[in-house]
Amino acid sequence: MSSTLSPQPVRARTARHGILSLGLSRIGFEIKLYFRSTDTVFFTFLFPFIMLGIFTAAFSAQGNIGTNPDGSGGISVGAYYLPGMLAAGMLLSGLQNLAIDIAGEKGDGTLKRLGGTPLSPLSYFIGKIGQVLVTGILQAVLLLIVARFVFNIALPTDPEKWLTFAWVFLLGVITCAFLGIALSALPRSGRSASAVVIPIVLVLQFISGVYLQFNALPEWMQNIAGLFPLKWMAQGMRAVFLPETFAAQEQNGAWELGLVALALLIWLVVGLVGSRLSFRWIRKDA
Amino acid sequence: MTTSTPAVRVARLSKSYGDFDAVSDISFDILPGETFALLGPNGAGKSSTIEILEGYRDRSEGDITVLGVDPQHGGLDWKARIGIVLQSSGESGNATVVEQLRHFAGLYPNPRPVDEVIAAVGLESKAKTRIHKLSGGQQRRVDVALGIIGRPELLFLDEPTTGFDPEARHQFWDLIRSLKAEGTTILLTTHNLDEAAELSDRAGIIVGGQLIDIGAIGELGGPAARTPMVRWRDPSGARHETRTDSPARLVAELAADAGGEPAELQVIRPSLEDIYLGLVRRHAAATSNPENAEVLA
Repeated sequence: MSSTLSPQPVRARTARHGILSLGLSRIGFEIKLYFRSTDTVFFTFLFPFIMLGIFTAAFSAQGNIGTNPDGSGGISVGAYYLPGMLAAGMLLSGLQNLAIDIAGEKGDGTLKRLGGTPLSPLSYFIGKIGQVLVTGILQAVLLLIVARFVFNIALPTDPEKWLTFAWVFLLGVITCAFLGIALSALPRSGRSASAVVIPIVLVLQFISGVYLQFNALPEWMQNIAGLFPLKWMAQGMRAVFLPETFAAQEQNGAWELGLVALALLIWLVVGLVGSRLSFRWIRKDA
Repeated sequence: MTTSTPAVRVARLSKSYGDFDAVSDISFDILPGETFALLGPNGAGKSSTIEILEGYRDRSEGDITVLGVDPQHGGLDWKARIGIVLQSSGESGNATVVEQLRHFAGLYPNPRPVDEVIAAVGLESKAKTRIHKLSGGQQRRVDVALGIIGRPELLFLDEPTTGFDPEARHQFWDLIRSLKAEGTTILLTTHNLDEAAELSDRAGIIVGGQLIDIGAIGELGGPAARTPMVRWRDPSGARHETRTDSPARLVAELAADAGGEPAELQVIRPSLEDIYLGLVRRHAAATSNPENAEVLA
């Protein structure tokens, strides 16, 4: 133990680091902490894998979905649920993850401490969005690998499908990340965050075609789901991974990728504005 | 800028939350390189004051500059020049000590070396331990380390040694002395009056949102408050307590009267704690019964 510190160097204060470079340095730090949090790894990262496994195990015996009248053709239960699980992963990695994470950081003083340092809120956001992108992409890639090699699900070969996958995924996951930042203002404390956020996420998954076959839901429920982004992410993913013949089962008999893009863009703007308006380093008094 | 420009200037600061006046009309300056202690009971307005200076809270009234800047409009360059040790931290801390410090060092333009700061707070053996696994006192040392990692010109310490064992507290005092020697300006709040006496040049006492006294540590409370006290027990067993400016003469007289050693003889010079408690009690008595205010003051 030495209680002496080296004295101030004579050189002048160097310039502050840029907002972008600090944001990038946050990404690595955020990802490290993400994977050290057992709760997050289980309920956000691994959850879609577990659900895919459960659905496959539970319903495989009932045969394929979308078969011809003679019982031939169709796709396996796993193949049918894969798009929904990918969409759920985007929602969990973006919205659930950040809403709970940031509410927790607000509650335990992390944000207050950061607010006293020369860290711009923008750098902080870059760190969070980057963490969501990296962990979300990792989750999706692993999910696809598991689907292909464990559940033996055929993946598309058409490059155009993968292009659709890329934009639906990126737009969806970034939208969810900003919605998560905005939603983090809702819980009154870090401890109540899970209790506030998880029911929202769960209800959305049930009505948006993640756990239940979307075309089997009543019309009014489909219409309500259409007001929220998850339905559109799931629809976009079905367009990528389900055979063209399944398009007829959609609400309007088509994949409607233009509407998917429009709905997600609207929600992206909602998320951006909500994040901008609600984010505070600390809950300031009046 | 001349060196006499205060590092912190507080003029007629007031802060109210709804109907409650947490801080009323407080003024003080802190000079560059000075260590200034804000003392006062819980809920007296110390933390409100310090959080306004740190830029966390907005004031209701008054003029403030901190390093020449109004903290309500303190930008990132200003934040790079200050260091903050908050009153409490409950960070879950999945990072290790060295990871956390390295990350925070990266936020500042001219940070101290991480290893050096870890050594200065005595956490070398815990450098690779995750913060949530540390004891409360050790986590507090991490807080202190994070407060000084950016090489601040002005350091805010809000009850920094809560949870420290005595040895850690003395190490902390040494650390603060070395920061002072370097020219760091420090604003300290503490309930440990020994700590305030050890570290600070001047102190202000806040009670009920008002600054009731301010001055050099050796002059708080005025000369009367420092009058030494002689205590003893007379042969009949009765206790006596007398304040006098010439305790040696009184003791000599007592010894002569008793024809030997007076029982349980003590000569006490009031500590900062005695003086502080006297001031706080007198203020409380004066405010609860305003007619007596003049007599007591």
